[in-house]
This record gives sequence, C-alpha cells and structure tokens, in this order.
Amino acid sequence: MNKKWWLIALVFCLVLAAISPLASSSPDGLEKIAEDKGFINAAEEAPFEIVADYAFPGIENEAMATILAGWLGTLVLFAIVYGLAWLIKSKKGKTLLNTD
Amino acid sequence: MHIPDGFLSAAAVGTTYIISAGGVANAVRVTKEKIGEKHIPMMGILAAFVFAAQMLNFPVAGGTSGHVIGAALVAILLGPWAALIIMSVVLIAQCLIFQDGGLMALGANIFNMGIIAGFGAHYLYRFIGMILGGNSRSKMVAGFVAAWGSVLLASIACALELALSGTSPVAVVLPAMAGIHAIIGIGEGLITVAVLSMVMATRADLLRLQRV
Repeated sequence: MNKKWWLIALVFCLVLAAISPLASSSPDGLEKIAEDKGFINAAEEAPFEIVADYAFPGIENEAMATILAGWLGTLVLFAIVYGLAWLIKSKKGKTLLNTD
Repeated sequence: MHIPDGFLSAAAVGTTYIISAGGVANAVRVTKEKIGEKHIPMMGILAAFVFAAQMLNFPVAGGTSGHVIGAALVAILLGPWAALIIMSVVLIAQCLIFQDGGLMALGANIFNMGIIAGFGAHYLYRFIGMILGGNSRSKMVAGFVAAWGSVLLASIACALELALSGTSPVAVVLPAMAGIHAIIGIGEGLITVAVLSMVMATRADLLRLQRV
C-alpha cells in the first residue's frame, strides 16, 4: 500500500470540496429554527469579511467561487492541523518507545 | 449548527469560552503524551475532511438542510481529545476565514461540536461496542448510533445555550432543535459509517491507531 496514503485522501477531500456547489442552499437546522421562531434578526454579521459565505471574493462564477473557497479551506486545514500535530509530537520528549 | 454572534448572552459566551479553552488546553496535554508518527497525517486529513464534508449541506424535511459535524468520525478513529483539537481548528478557521459562526460564539460552537459531539460519540461508541462486541458489523452499528447521537446531543446543548441566553424559550427551541437534528443525525450516521467502512476496506491499520 502506498506509504503516502494521505495524498490520495487529500485528493479525495478536494474532490468533495469540488462538488460543494451542488450542496443544498436551504438554511441549516439552527438557521431555519431561528427564522421560524422569530429570533433570526438577533444574528449579527461578522465585523470583517475574508471569504464570507464560502465564496472566494472577486470570482464572478458562483460555483467556481464556492469550489475555490472549499479548496482553500481544505488545504489550509490540512496544513494547519498537520503542522500542529507535528509540533505537538515534537514536544513529546525523547522516547524511543513507538506507540503506533 | 454554527451559532452566529447575537444569539448568546454574555454569561453563555463567557462560560462556554472558559470550558472550551480549558478543554483544548487539556486536549493538547493528552495528545502530547499519546501522539505517534502516524497520527500526524491522519489528523491533517481528518481536519481537511471535516471542513470539506461540512460544506456539503444535504436537504432534509421542510426546506431545511443539514451537514455533518464530523466529530463522531474523528472521535471514533482518533479518540475524543484529538477530535477536540481537530474540531477546534476547523471551527476557528470557519469563523475567522469564512465568517461561519460568530467570534463571540466560538467558545459555544467548540463546546457543542467539539466537546459534546466528540465525547458524546466516543462514549456512545464504546458503550454500544461493549454490548454488541467487536466484530465489524457491530462496529458499524455503534458508529451509526454514536454519530446520530452526537448530532442530537450537540443540538440539545445548542438549544439550552439559546434558552439560557433568553433568545428563545426552552419549551420552543429545545424540541425544535432536537427534532430536526434527530433527522440530520441520520445523515451524519450514514456518512460516518460509509467513511469507516471505506477506511476498514482500504487501510484497516489506521483503525488500530492509539486513541487520543
């Protein structure tokens, strides 16, 4: 089996992100209840916008903007958590005992 | 189930921030002792998967959609503390980069979708595994129930926070949240089982990583 199994897994995640324009645009459970029960207006917008609503800014095509936002998030999260896990592992202390 | 700013009282914001910060600090401590070489790519992949999967809203009853939380899958594969780290980073990124979930509500969102969903799934999975035994079919049943329960528990926690914040009466928001998420949870269960069986078929060794 390929030692770099996670490369295949990462591509799989990018494919998932690429089908995100097909996702339902209906409000999610909490949002729908907030609308139905009349407290949706209490929601405050974030005071800043980076990639708001999972749409990459400056991209005309809506589906493409969503896909790019998805790819950005997928890659950023892989990189951050991989790095964080590596950092935590490096603080583990020098032991020869392999717990894998 | 990402709570936006404005739904929670200062007390709810403060309490959930303190609990979540303490939980994450302990998660780092526990993970530091148990983490191995193989956990590193696995944690990265699961974070990427949780993010991508959360973008895929599926339609449920009455003009509502749902998406997986993912905490159950991660807790089953890696344990609840590693799941808390992964869910926290995903939620922080969603809040800061994608403006999904409020900055003040971040503590509550980590509490609901990281702590409650992750630990809920972990204990449900273990409990059902104890009853049914360890063959692969009972693992799938346990995975389904744990994933379904994790969504339900998270939604109840969310509803209670909204009620305690005075945003909506508990008699209104609790049955509404639990009801719709009992349905959304079926999606979480099916997707969790699908990924678990995919991992089992292709890389069964990854299922034997030490839980954190």
